[in-house]
Order: sequence, then structure tokens, then C-alpha cells
Amino acid sequence: MSAFAALFRRDLALAWRARGDLVNPLGFFVIVVSLFPLGMSPDPALLARIGPGLVWVAALLAVLLSLENLFRSDRDDGALEQLLVSSAPLPLLALARVLAHVITVGVPLVLVSPLLALMLNIDGEPFGVLLSSLALGVPVLCMVGAIGAALTTGIARGGVLVALIVLPLYIPVLVFGAGAAYAAGLGLPFAGQLAILGALLALSVALAPFAIAGALRISGSQ
Amino acid sequence: MSANDLLLRAEGLTALRDERVLFRGLSVSVAAGEVLRVEGPNGAGKTTLLRILCGLDQDCEGRIAWPRAEAAGRPWREELLWLGHLPGLKSTLTAEENLAWLCALRGRAPRRPLREALAMVGLAGFEDLPAGALSAGQKRRVALARLHLEDAPLWVLDEPFTAIDRAGVEALEQLLAAHAQAGGAVVFTTHHAPAITSRSLLLGKAA
Repeated sequence: MSAFAALFRRDLALAWRARGDLVNPLGFFVIVVSLFPLGMSPDPALLARIGPGLVWVAALLAVLLSLENLFRSDRDDGALEQLLVSSAPLPLLALARVLAHVITVGVPLVLVSPLLALMLNIDGEPFGVLLSSLALGVPVLCMVGAIGAALTTGIARGGVLVALIVLPLYIPVLVFGAGAAYAAGLGLPFAGQLAILGALLALSVALAPFAIAGALRISGSQ
Repeated sequence: MSANDLLLRAEGLTALRDERVLFRGLSVSVAAGEVLRVEGPNGAGKTTLLRILCGLDQDCEGRIAWPRAEAAGRPWREELLWLGHLPGLKSTLTAEENLAWLCALRGRAPRRPLREALAMVGLAGFEDLPAGALSAGQKRRVALARLHLEDAPLWVLDEPFTAIDRAGVEALEQLLAAHAQAGGAVVFTTHHAPAITSRSLLLGKAA
């Protein structure tokens, strides 16, 4: 079995054994989105207009919340050292870890978002566009966020620092992701935004593993 | 000794921690068949030296070469098996599952079935217990089972005898000696003085 497959399987098994923890970002996502109608106005027209942005910001924060411990447990039990001394390419191992994170955290977020979209009175074309933009964008959030998580792994309480490092990098994803659904709601073309999200996804899958690997080597030597 | 027997050569290693010199201009070489013990008082830099040799600690000066791996055109990490203070086990995975992913990192099939290796370190019957339910000594034994599974020539072991009982220490000493005799090499730290040591490196004397 290749190192990539072994690490991927290990992470899925770990997530399954601690599946209670997987509910946390999901619950956060649902609760944050449902606070907005309560706090602002339950007016259906208003919610339909701002809904895509709300869902996107909440998804972004939920991903951010889930990232803090991505590499921390590996560091605490010595598994990170074993990844660093492995003869397998570290970027590949990093990709396996993030891919498992996308499947265990990102995919459930995307799967629960139709419910939230309906709750915010988003339907018709914007509904489909919002889901597509999340399906393309959430993996980007995981890949980019993992760079911040890897950089702060050596720091005792890195949670806020991860947010400060990663949130500015999330801006283009948010702009194009929420923008696509917003444009669809106005009857404007949205294919361009989705195409850019796809490009960001390809770019992050190709480049983020190298950044994560470099960050892990720095964190590992502290 | 031919140059081909040299597994690792480090020259001019200098490590500073908080403006304190741990060692300066240190040279270490490890040839096949050697058991090198790194000794010194607490805080002398034993673990730091081992981590530097493994490429884990990059906060140092000096050159490290792996002559045999370079001659064979192999990545040097394939020559290395590192066991640190922390056993690197995930507490919710069983002993066997932990060994499976750790060995798979090398990308080659283990030398013998995982259960056999666990039996060899005295853990028969504990294969399916989560690592979190094992004692410190048993966790250490799970990590040491990798010595029976992987085929790296150079073992770098940080305090491998910690938390191991008397019989286990004896078995491990024999294993290290056998590995050196079979053409491997061992670099390790410990506070007791095993008879198997072929060479010692004393750290922590005033530089």
C-alpha cells in the first residue's frame, strides 16, 4: 500500500472513530446561518438577496474552525515526526491529509447547505449555483486553510493566528463564490465566477501541498 | 573500512539554543556495523543532535551527508528509521493499525506480518486494543516492533529503553547488536550503559 493511500485511510479511520467531533463544524454552520433571520429580519425577499453571502461566510468560518487541530494531534503524539522522516514525498502526504479533511468535514458542509439555502428562501437558479460554488470552493478553503494550520502547529494556542493568516487568503474565494450565486439571483451570467472558482481549486490542489509541506518542516523543527 | 560502509557523515555541526551553545563544530560519522551511543547529562543536546541527524531539526549549522545512499542514488530517508521520545501512535487506532500506517510510510511491504512483529515484542493478544488503552511501556513496544518490520539500515533511537521492563531491555539490546552485526548501524541515547555499545559520543563537556 502506498504511503498516500495508507495515510488517507488512517485519517478516515481516525475521523470515523471520533465521529462525534465531525458534528461540531456542521452544527456551527447550521446555527450561524439560522441566527441571521432571527437577528436581522425574516423578510423572504431580503433573505433571498443576502442568503448566498450568509451561507458562504458561515461555511468559511466553519472550515476555519475545523482546521485548528488538523496537524496538532499529529504533533502531540509524535506522528508528525514520522511523516517528516518518511521517504515518501511530504507534499503527497500533506495532500492525503487535506483530502481526508475535505471528505470528512468539507463534503458534509456542502451536503447540508441545500437545507440552509431553502431556509433562506434561495431557490431556482441561484440555489443550484450556490451549491456548485460551495462544492468547488469548500475544498479550496480546506487546502488554503491547511497552510495556516501547518504554520501554527508549533504554537501552543494558534487558533486566532490561523484565522489572521488564512482569512485574507479566503477573500477571493468568498468574492467569487458568493458572487456567482448573487449574480444568478439578479439574472446575470455567473459562469465566469464558477470558472474562476474551478481554477482556484486546481491551483490550490497543485500548489498548497508544497506550501503545507514547507510549513510542516518549519513547525516540526521547533 | 571502505567509503561504502559509511552510512552517515556529519561535519561541523553547531547548535545554539537560546544563545547557549549545545555543541560547536561537532563531527559524527556512523559506519555499517557500529552501535553509537550518544551520552551526556540532561540538556546536553542528545535529542537535538539526533533530530539534526534525521533532518527534523533544521535550526543548526553544518553539513550532513549520507555517502551510501548517495552512491546508490537512493533518497537518504530510505536509509533511516527514527524512533523519538513520542511513539507516534494514534490513540484511537489499534496497535496493528498503527503499525500498518507507520510501515506504509516507507512504501515497501513489511518484512514479516504485523502480528508476528507484535508477538516478537511481547504484545501477542494486544493487537486489537486501541493504542490509548496500552501502558507507556506497551506503547513503546509497539513503536519498537517497527524494528522487526522495516528494512532501514540506520536506526536512530532516542531513549529506546524508556519504560521498558528488564526482560524487554535485554531483548532490545540483543536486537540492536544483531542489527549491527547484520550490516546495519544504530545511533541511540540512553542513561544506562549497555554492553553492546561499540563507540560513545560524549556531549555536554565544556566546549
